[in-house]
Amino acid sequence: MAKVLMKGNEAIAEAAVRAGCRFFFGYPITPQNQIPEYMSKRLPEVGGTFLQSESEIAAINMVYGAAGAGARVMTSSSSPGISLKQEGISYIACAQLPCVIVNMVRSGPGLGGILPTQGDYFQAVKGGGHGDYRLVVYAPCSVQEAADCVMRAFDVADMYRIPVMILGDGNIGQMMEPVEFREPEKRELPPKSWAATGHAKGEKKSLINSLYIEIEEMNAVMNEFKEKYRRIKENETRYEEFMTDDAEICIVAYGTTARVAKSAIMKARKENGIRAGLIRPVTLWPFPEDAIAKAAEKCGAFLVAEMNLGQMVEDVRLAVNGKRPVRFIGATGGQIHTPAMITDELKRIEEEI
Amino acid sequence: MAVVFKRPEALRDAAFHYCPGCTHGVAHRLIAECIDELGIAERTVGVCPVGCSVFAYNYFDIDMYEAAHGRAPAVATGAKRVHPGNIVFTYQGDGDLASIGAAEIVHAAARGEKITVIFINNAIYGMTGGQMAPTTLVGQKTTTSPFGRDPERCGFPIRISEMLSTLDGAAYIERASLHDVPNIIKAKKAIKKAFETQIAAKGFSLVELLSACPTNWGLSPVEAVRWLKENMIPQYPLGVFKEVG
Repeated sequence: MAKVLMKGNEAIAEAAVRAGCRFFFGYPITPQNQIPEYMSKRLPEVGGTFLQSESEIAAINMVYGAAGAGARVMTSSSSPGISLKQEGISYIACAQLPCVIVNMVRSGPGLGGILPTQGDYFQAVKGGGHGDYRLVVYAPCSVQEAADCVMRAFDVADMYRIPVMILGDGNIGQMMEPVEFREPEKRELPPKSWAATGHAKGEKKSLINSLYIEIEEMNAVMNEFKEKYRRIKENETRYEEFMTDDAEICIVAYGTTARVAKSAIMKARKENGIRAGLIRPVTLWPFPEDAIAKAAEKCGAFLVAEMNLGQMVEDVRLAVNGKRPVRFIGATGGQIHTPAMITDELKRIEEEI
Repeated sequence: MAVVFKRPEALRDAAFHYCPGCTHGVAHRLIAECIDELGIAERTVGVCPVGCSVFAYNYFDIDMYEAAHGRAPAVATGAKRVHPGNIVFTYQGDGDLASIGAAEIVHAAARGEKITVIFINNAIYGMTGGQMAPTTLVGQKTTTSPFGRDPERCGFPIRISEMLSTLDGAAYIERASLHDVPNIIKAKKAIKKAFETQIAAKGFSLVELLSACPTNWGLSPVEAVRWLKENMIPQYPLGVFKEVG
């Protein structure tokens, strides 16, 4: 298929439709409105259903209902709206319902602003809602990768019965780039025999549930999660390594920041003779901790660049485990790092270490 | 020997956890009888959110969802939109429906969502131990209105059936009571009518059932149904509030 020029938000919506998503429930919020707008036009063409809900809370619970009925379903929002969805996400996680949730992150906390940041990393990878659960979190760095991640996300959600989050930012959602819709690798997906579709007398009835009042029952569910999360870590961790073979300083960055980091690495190598490289997590959970631990065996230092006050840096420090210094450079309020900000920091690290 | 009375097939052979004199069991039975009589068990899906009836999935022998507090109409919307041929009902208490889930119920009705809502109004929070509900009567004592509900500080009880009947998406809305046999028979007719409204795809249907909570009202089961009749019905008049032909 030929490449087409699309906005990130629209590419995400189209990728979802091509992945078989036929239900979308959402509520308007900037900067992700192109997703529901696109879906409202596109889903009827393929016999799907778009519904603008009365709130983000209602939207995520409609997702719970539709996912429990066995459908491929998606919702999207941006930071304050994603906070409202957290109760529902926690229920979805406990009921083990597959679905895809898009967060086009804006600045905050509070109402914040509409410019891109990476301030929702903790919320996305450390839980967000109440209880002991995980989401698979993809952090695409281009329109193409956003489309690829969405298509893979539906398969991963169905395969493991887990909610999957696409963590973009206003930049990924609003910029236009060429995109080609590519089929993800073929997977053998389990049948949704658990779905509440209606069952005849004598047949086993379906129950979509997140209530386990007995210790033994809740414990059994948590053990099931433990095993599921282990399998996801083993099979679904995705990351990119860029010029790490000979790197003295390893940058860790994702999404929009990783694009800037690549420019900074090229500049630092060419102009300053600093051998820098990049590990770019594509999945923020599962986190590519093994790749970072391995890099810590040969790189002299790490630099984590994020559009926040320092969130993923904590996971990098855990993976590096004190073996090397881990420095941080943030950009906040909707600012995006310039390559010079990162190369200047690389120069400082090179001098000190 | 002829069987004149038996457990409906849509109910499992399980003992209810409800308190003595609680009318949840009666409401469950009426719903199950209607499901049997309409022959819709294999395409009926129930949604029970937080409250005393959150465990209803232990009793109904059909596909069920447990849902977050107040969100059953949204969950039912998702379930119904995926399988429009299914019959989807929610079973919600007054705290669930009229307080925390007020937005969800209003908008499900406004959309004319083709679901059936069974609304249990017993004027109190049962599961959490008798706190004030949005439907608690003026002057009624609860654990969080120990001197009686004072409208100056706590406002007034909400008449959900009247309120929702103003919405164009609502096709059938009736309030019935479970305090005596003639009214229980009327309540069953209302539930059946509500399911038939959904089967005919006419729009949103809701049956409000005035119910007794002797435990949290601090009354015996007999005193409780008398209290319901004498105090709740004047505040919540029985009848059909909306019926689209």
